[in-house]
Amino acid sequence: MRHSRSLAAGIMLALGAAFLVVAPLGLKPYGIFILSMWAVMTIAAIGLNLTLGYAGQISLAQAAFVGIGAYLTAYLTTKGWPFWSTYMLGGVSCFAIGWLLGYPALRVQHHYLAFVTLAFNTLVYLIFRNEEWLTGGIYGISNVPRPVVLGWSMNGPREFYYFCLAHLALVSVATWWLLRSPWGLAFVALRENPIRALSLGVDTRRYTLMAFALGAGLGGISGALYAPLVQFIDPTPFALGLSLNLLLMVVLGGSGYFFGPFLGAIVAVLLPEWLRFTEGFYLMGYALLVIVLMAFSPSGLLGLADRLTRPAPRGAP
Amino acid sequence: MSSVLEVRDLKKSFGGIVAVDGVSFGVEEGEILGIIGPNGSGKSTLFNCILGQLQPTAGEVHLDGRPVTGMRACDLNRLGVSRTFQLLQIFPQLTVRKNLILAGQEHQGTMLSRLAGRPDAGLSAAAERMLGFFRLERLADEHAADLSYGQQKLLDVAMAFMAGPRLALLDEPAGGVNPTMLASLRERLQAINAEQGSTFVVIEHNMEFVMALCNRILVLDEGRVIAQGDPAQVRRDPKVIEAYLGRS
Repeated sequence: MRHSRSLAAGIMLALGAAFLVVAPLGLKPYGIFILSMWAVMTIAAIGLNLTLGYAGQISLAQAAFVGIGAYLTAYLTTKGWPFWSTYMLGGVSCFAIGWLLGYPALRVQHHYLAFVTLAFNTLVYLIFRNEEWLTGGIYGISNVPRPVVLGWSMNGPREFYYFCLAHLALVSVATWWLLRSPWGLAFVALRENPIRALSLGVDTRRYTLMAFALGAGLGGISGALYAPLVQFIDPTPFALGLSLNLLLMVVLGGSGYFFGPFLGAIVAVLLPEWLRFTEGFYLMGYALLVIVLMAFSPSGLLGLADRLTRPAPRGAP
Repeated sequence: MSSVLEVRDLKKSFGGIVAVDGVSFGVEEGEILGIIGPNGSGKSTLFNCILGQLQPTAGEVHLDGRPVTGMRACDLNRLGVSRTFQLLQIFPQLTVRKNLILAGQEHQGTMLSRLAGRPDAGLSAAAERMLGFFRLERLADEHAADLSYGQQKLLDVAMAFMAGPRLALLDEPAGGVNPTMLASLRERLQAINAEQGSTFVVIEHNMEFVMALCNRILVLDEGRVIAQGDPAQVRRDPKVIEAYLGRS
């Protein structure tokens, strides 16, 4: 049973990867743009899944980190900086800010922490909107260039899609490595039972800060890709709505499951587009779908799949 | 024999309530010390003050002669002090094996080396031995949530020994365990004590269990030590009979 579960997961993973590689071949530029957006948002959701899903620290600030990464990249690349330097800067600076934002989490938890992070998101949004000398205010920053990799321009929608997909693959491998290392267990321990974790030598303080910093860093990387994807940024996309949407992706897909953000981002980014044929009703249909899914499976799509396919326990009498 | 743990005049108040009122005792290397007392006598608070979970109002705690008063629980654990709690504290979503690996991994290298190193932190063989020792081998890959209460209790205790502690403080290890499992638990604890030379402090309400397991017993009542000695002495002590045994 365990082997057949792993085999089925492996086959689905291979099919999913193959689909992602061939999908843009049959899509128009808008379809490719949406698929690229899925890849970029999945990276941000992977970050939030680390912070919330694995380490159990609620954050409503992920949009702020996507915004910081996006603004840094947009501002600096339009000033002639090479994309790679702004990309690294976006990740590293968000990691550092995320580490600092983790300090309140050492004192407050749950909905109190949600409000702390929400306030941070609002603060960052207001800076984007009001500090016109730096961010362009509501006029934003336009003509964000797309990178050139080894002399190969990423300007076309298909090229940039593969560029985003390659980043998603890299981030996925790095996160998978981190989660299968002892850090993954320590994060779960922090989420499940911080007092016992502490008594087993887990430095819960350091792991809490690390969970925030890593999640924020991935938010920054996602933002660094978002800016050249849309090529024009203004403050609106980085308001609380995006943080809630990213939270929805993590929870819908399956919080604390590795592939949860991938599925959640399909539901949050792709599904509304697929439901457009219903015209004025598509958002209502989408909302109903979310309600039904959460009512029947609060642990998300992967939680549901896990429950349905898990072998019966042998231990309990 | 040298003192592994020494508690000097430890006090803990919560507002006007004095939960621990000037408790002093020492624990020798290899000893199994039992702490008994009626409900509310301050046993668990005493543990929490020794282990950094609560900051004592006054007094000192020394480990191998070194002051460790108020030290964070994770730092104390890395110095070789481990504990169990009154209520079960396992990680139900993890498998039994992963619970054990988690219990030992923070003692392997640094945080950075653990990230770059093996997923099991090199503890698979040690976890296997611990599974065998506590007879949990066939449950190794089950989620801890799927175990019976007695099996979870064994896992809870096994986790406290994964890092080979110098001193283990066990808070009611026998609580809620059926008689068959209880005998097995006592025998396993005595075996660890004999084989690893670990020192134990055990809080327990089950008199039969504690009298059979411990070399020495300390009796608390209203936050104070009212008697101490070997199990036979404590059993005969009139103050103990009055405060605790006499009431049951």
